[in-house]
Amino acid sequence: MKASFNINGKVHELEFAPHARLLDLLRDNGFTEVKCGCREGFCGACSVLLDGELVNSCMVYAASVGERKITTVKGIGSIHEPHPIQEAFVEAGAVQCGFCTPGMVLATYALLQRNPDPTDEEIKEALDGNFCRCTGYVKIIDAVKLAARKVKEND
Amino acid sequence: MVEKLKVTPTEKEFRDVVGKPVVRVDAWDKVMGKAEYIDDCPIPGCWYGGTVRSDVPRGRIVGIRQDPSFDWSKVVFVTAKDLPGPNEVAMVRRDMPVLAEDIVNYVSEPIALVAAPTKALLKAALKAVKVEIEPLEPVLSIEEALEGKNVIWGNDNILAKFEVKRGDVDEAFKEADIIIEETYRTGHQEQLYLEPQGMVALPRDDGGVEVVGSLQCPYYIHGAMTHALNLPPDKVIIKQAVTGGGFGGKEDFPSLLAIHAAVLALKAKRPVKIIYDRAEDMVSTTKRHPSRIRHRTGVKKDGTIVAQDVDLVLDGGAYTTLSIVVLQRSLLHATGCYQIPNARIIARAVATNTPPNGAFRGFGAPQSIFAMERQMDKIARTLGLSPVEVRRKNLLKSGDAFPFGQRVEDDGARLVFERALAISEYERKRAEYSKDQGPKKRGIGVSLFLHGGGFTGAGEQKINGKIKLFVARESVELHVSNVEMGQGAATVLTQIAAQGLQIPFEKVKYCQPDTSKAPDSGPTVASRTTMIVGKIVLRGTEKLIMQLKEYVSRHFDVSLEDITYAKGTFFENGTPLADFFEIARRIEEEMGPLEVIGDYVHPPELNWDDEKCQGDAYQGYAWGANVLEVEVDTDTWEVRPLRDTVVVDVGTAINPLLALGQVEGGSLQGLGYGYLEVIEMEGGRYRNNRLANYAIPTSVDCPDFFVELMEIPCSRGAFGAKGLGEMPLSGGGPAVASAIEHATGLFPTRLPVTGEILTSLEQEGDERRS
Repeated sequence: MKASFNINGKVHELEFAPHARLLDLLRDNGFTEVKCGCREGFCGACSVLLDGELVNSCMVYAASVGERKITTVKGIGSIHEPHPIQEAFVEAGAVQCGFCTPGMVLATYALLQRNPDPTDEEIKEALDGNFCRCTGYVKIIDAVKLAARKVKEND
Repeated sequence: MVEKLKVTPTEKEFRDVVGKPVVRVDAWDKVMGKAEYIDDCPIPGCWYGGTVRSDVPRGRIVGIRQDPSFDWSKVVFVTAKDLPGPNEVAMVRRDMPVLAEDIVNYVSEPIALVAAPTKALLKAALKAVKVEIEPLEPVLSIEEALEGKNVIWGNDNILAKFEVKRGDVDEAFKEADIIIEETYRTGHQEQLYLEPQGMVALPRDDGGVEVVGSLQCPYYIHGAMTHALNLPPDKVIIKQAVTGGGFGGKEDFPSLLAIHAAVLALKAKRPVKIIYDRAEDMVSTTKRHPSRIRHRTGVKKDGTIVAQDVDLVLDGGAYTTLSIVVLQRSLLHATGCYQIPNARIIARAVATNTPPNGAFRGFGAPQSIFAMERQMDKIARTLGLSPVEVRRKNLLKSGDAFPFGQRVEDDGARLVFERALAISEYERKRAEYSKDQGPKKRGIGVSLFLHGGGFTGAGEQKINGKIKLFVARESVELHVSNVEMGQGAATVLTQIAAQGLQIPFEKVKYCQPDTSKAPDSGPTVASRTTMIVGKIVLRGTEKLIMQLKEYVSRHFDVSLEDITYAKGTFFENGTPLADFFEIARRIEEEMGPLEVIGDYVHPPELNWDDEKCQGDAYQGYAWGANVLEVEVDTDTWEVRPLRDTVVVDVGTAINPLLALGQVEGGSLQGLGYGYLEVIEMEGGRYRNNRLANYAIPTSVDCPDFFVELMEIPCSRGAFGAKGLGEMPLSGGGPAVASAIEHATGLFPTRLPVTGEILTSLEQEGDERRS
């Protein structure tokens, strides 16, 4: 099958098998910033945004994406112009092995979009679908709070 | 006339970096999604490798049948018969085959390998292989292994045995007012690094092979590859890719995986990549050793311990892997942070027909410390004393000795313990929570733990680690075989080198490990990287500065004693002469590339007798205390950690932000081990092969952490650092059990403390109930 996909603001014409998951479509076409941790919708390493909504790309059929805008971690900031959330993750020490980080950053992005000023409990709830085995989540939660402040300052 | 050399005001550039929360060197790549893990690296012409595995725990291979209707010319197929060298994975021993040949010894044991140009073809090929196995009666538990009815390893199923004795235990038991006995058990634990195991092998034109992958120990793999492939050392190159967590899980297992990928690549004459999916990773890779630990302790009425017998057994699984050294560490941590005047500890690792167990953060210590800490609670409970009182009475002080003879050098145990009790308001909360009514009950528990930094005993002397500093134009490259796997080694070693050289942090480049460039500084294990390798790095920096000083002395005709070096500049009696990079450039121009090797020097005061298990087992001990508050719903037996206060002595925190990250992450893994992470075995098979049925703590399970770093420097570590990475894990399990005991009155003796265990404890009646 062939279809066009809007990935990080650019339209790509991509081929894929009828049952291909969005995760494989992305990874097979070089968007390897989307990580594969479990392939069963549990760990969140493959999180992407579909029209701003956080999804596990391993649980989404590529064929079902349609016109929806796909955003990976590379779509929210660049090394020259990092997103405040990315800055916050660096500054707060929220990155260790880094495998969960792209998904974690996007989960934070989705959270702050709908709730710019989350409480600790709301942060924990929002990140529940994104596993991290390194940090104990402490610095990640710090990073989300720092990001919330940074995003507000930028507004 | 002496030519003037450039003196740049590097003093302004250099700043102290040790002790500073420097941003990690890999943070930006990772947060931008630019970091390439092994499955992200584009490799032209790469085939996909897969594994045919045993479906039974023990049996004789009768035949391996390849379905004739499948076109085998399109793929590469390998069994034990096709191996280019000895069918042995060289680790501590060589008892594990690369591929099972005659007998299979565990469910998921590799039997054959396939490589194919596409994933679909690989899947089809794997399906077209049928292995016929005649089942044999398996050994599936510690008890069956010890019973010895079926012998599956050696003469008696014993993979290793050690014994430590101190004083006269039998005589001392006579002086005890009471003897307290209990058996403690712990289960498997899965490392669950988020990035599954993966390895790519690329054949080289010279007949050798290069392997790139997710790994902790490049030279372990190098050794195993040269052995199994019959290749000289210079024809095997191991490179580390960005590694998404290891926790010990990528210490020993990657040797097997690398050989698999290499065998396929050499036969296919093209690169082959093996990436495990989560299920394959969970069912076939090493886990934490289950344990059964019996304690028999003689105590006085006031809680003073007079004698202790410990019988410690670890389940090693089917082959030795690292069980010998895991067992040693388990043994040496068996009496925890306490002064035991008379002790007898017998430790055995046994073989069972289950997947081999291996390294996991803590390396045998978490099992031992769980049992010892529970035993302290049991003593308190039996004597009607508080858990705090019993611990205080028996704490190791500076000058005391461990049962294996090593003297304690600081009062870290007492300091972290008292501090954790104070800042957690333990006593007040203990009293308050004891009054909880209704089904939801809070509890507060405490654990005390320690970890010996670096290899056990003579291990560091045997490894004799070396590092290389290479001076490039405006930077210094640091070549080591210690990897960054998330813990922060790349940043911390860079800080140590920059501080040692007194040049700006940005001028030191940590190079991703590559055995063709880096000397063997040893594996990334045993909490040794910062403490021990850091010290070797420092020695390298001293050597480099000395070389530069000697050049300055010759060039300016100044005696060595008159030259000082500070912050990147050489001085003669206070007058600046030249800067670091200017001198380095000169030396390079005149004498070629400038590089120095930093060497390991064993502290002469430390002695170890491997035969007797006596002496200075570790170069320094880091101490920790964990005060955990939980809420237990006594209707559903659901356990919820509320607050966790952790105080750890790390010697020196080279990078406090990263050190906190290690303590927080390790503590949560310890809590997971304590109440959440259950692995069930059925007929030698793990029933948990997915994240859906193996729960690790998520953000909602995470208690509020209050972590404090204490710094009691150790002269044998870089800038006083002690081994930190593993220690925090040991605190979680016993703290959970202790807090649950306080909340419920039940006395859990096994980990993890699940709802089922609590239900059965309650149903038992239970005479233990206070």
